[in-house]
Amino acid sequence: MAAPLSLHLEFGGGAELLFNSEKKHQVSLPGQAGPWDIRQLLVWIQQNLLKERPELFIQGDTVRPGILVLINDADWELMGQLDYQLQDGDTVVFISTLHGG
Amino acid sequence: MCEINEDFHDRLECVQDVEGGLKKCVKCKEANASVVIKGGDAHCRACFKENFTHKFRATLGKNRVIFPGEKVLLAVSGGPSSCSMLRQVQEGLSQNAHKKLRFLPGIVYIDEGGAVFRSSEERQKTVAQLQAIFKATGYPFHIVPLEQVLDLPSSTILTAPSASQPAHTGAYKTAVDQFIQHEISSSAAREVQEETDVYESQEPHTQALQKLIGSAKTLTAKQDLVNTLRQHVLVHTARSKGYSKVMLGDSCTRLAVKLLSNISTGRGAHLAQDTGFSDTRHGDVILVRPMRDYSAKEIAYYNHVFAVPSVFIPGLDTKNADKASIHRLTESFVNKLQADFPSTVSTIYRTSEKLQTVCGSSSTADPCDRCLLCVCALDTADDGVSALQATLTSEKLSKFRGNTRPGMPVLISGELRQSAPTVRDCRSGEGENCGQAQVGGSCCSSDMKPEKTDLKSTLCYSCQLIVKDLSSVECLPQYILSEAMRRQRRSLMRKEINTFVFA
Repeated sequence: MAAPLSLHLEFGGGAELLFNSEKKHQVSLPGQAGPWDIRQLLVWIQQNLLKERPELFIQGDTVRPGILVLINDADWELMGQLDYQLQDGDTVVFISTLHGG
Repeated sequence: MCEINEDFHDRLECVQDVEGGLKKCVKCKEANASVVIKGGDAHCRACFKENFTHKFRATLGKNRVIFPGEKVLLAVSGGPSSCSMLRQVQEGLSQNAHKKLRFLPGIVYIDEGGAVFRSSEERQKTVAQLQAIFKATGYPFHIVPLEQVLDLPSSTILTAPSASQPAHTGAYKTAVDQFIQHEISSSAAREVQEETDVYESQEPHTQALQKLIGSAKTLTAKQDLVNTLRQHVLVHTARSKGYSKVMLGDSCTRLAVKLLSNISTGRGAHLAQDTGFSDTRHGDVILVRPMRDYSAKEIAYYNHVFAVPSVFIPGLDTKNADKASIHRLTESFVNKLQADFPSTVSTIYRTSEKLQTVCGSSSTADPCDRCLLCVCALDTADDGVSALQATLTSEKLSKFRGNTRPGMPVLISGELRQSAPTVRDCRSGEGENCGQAQVGGSCCSSDMKPEKTDLKSTLCYSCQLIVKDLSSVECLPQYILSEAMRRQRRSLMRKEINTFVFA
């Protein structure tokens, strides 16, 4: 039984508009049998944090193309993308690159 | 195709490495990689920063458009690309930079809150945030509301002759050497001017602007219109404050989307000007895009890791569905494709680099040969046989039915006119008689409301589509309408004179 995970989530580049305009969230994921991975985190975010327009953030079981995901300030492509297993105290940042210039 | 095979090959390699442990940076091979940039290369933070900074200087140095000591206006919208550009300029100009940049920057922010229906409190808040960022840089900055577009002079849409600047590389090198000599001999401290334009809310102007934007029916036309007006305000600000160059913060991803959506909206003829490094359509003010080598992902990563402040400002297409406008659709198309085929954006970008204008854009060209709104060369010449002519002919035939009666549209020299027989006092601006009453056409008296058909001959194809989408042309700012009337009178007069000239 995995212990509850506390994570630091950040949303930037306009993505915060979908989360009540709050950029930083300190969340605590409930304990569960297996380890938490990003795929499950996204489902959790959609159910608990996402306030409106889920299709602007999530597409299928991954994030919408154009949203950059950083895990502890490193590109998630280097960490295994959706299969990365979260550790306690990790920082996950979602930055929308679709806006702005 | 070779490229697709390469990508899959890289993908497989990437997965294998991840299973074995953290990947090492491909450049220094020592530190752990932290970001994957286009091409599939993983870089560590330090190498990424070095690459980022180097690219900026290299783009400016390669093109040799900005001469030392020149005044350059940085157009900052508050978004990540332009704030990143601001940071690069700051670092490039700082004393301890290797091969430091040499020009005099100023900053401009155009507040489009009025067009997007933001409340004035929100606008004030955003302006305050940006002012704090600009003050920290120490450069002179100007904050201009988009409402100013209603007060612009006609000279904004005219091409002015460019200041004499020799175009060969030899002159650039001598200019740099001279500048360095001058700097060494006179070590005068550069005075930092804190220029702040008084920013006050302009209620009646805001309503007029909202009426103008509201008169466009589709979101595509609204976006195009706001872009055009913003560019006019930029050029006017640069001209009035004495800047000869303007730096725009368009990133590679942005430009790829712009290229495809421009083709979709009929601006194919002007692609080189719209997406190239330098945009010379205005003559004396040259628009430069130094960020065109950076993908949106690189900029977002750099901003996050190196704490570049930026302000998110909702625009016209925020939170809209994918099919709300052509730009939006193209953006989501390119981004989705990029996720599966990482070389999409770079392929489009490389294609855009190869585009050139067929005829050299000479600044001494007759202003009547340029589009009224976008100031590019007109692409609607009467060729005789072309797809455009076929469209126009079928449009005319479907509108024109039966005999001519007073008040019915009449075909005069290929353009639809109201056959108003009443002669009124001709009130053309310069006191000249437009002479049209004698010919039997309609007087150009400003009592008559401008019709959409009047503007057609002065616009390029895509701007015609924008104007066609407006429910009424009167909302357009005065400088556009008066310039349109002036050009029409000129061209009619020219046609009349031509009948007397022995060819």
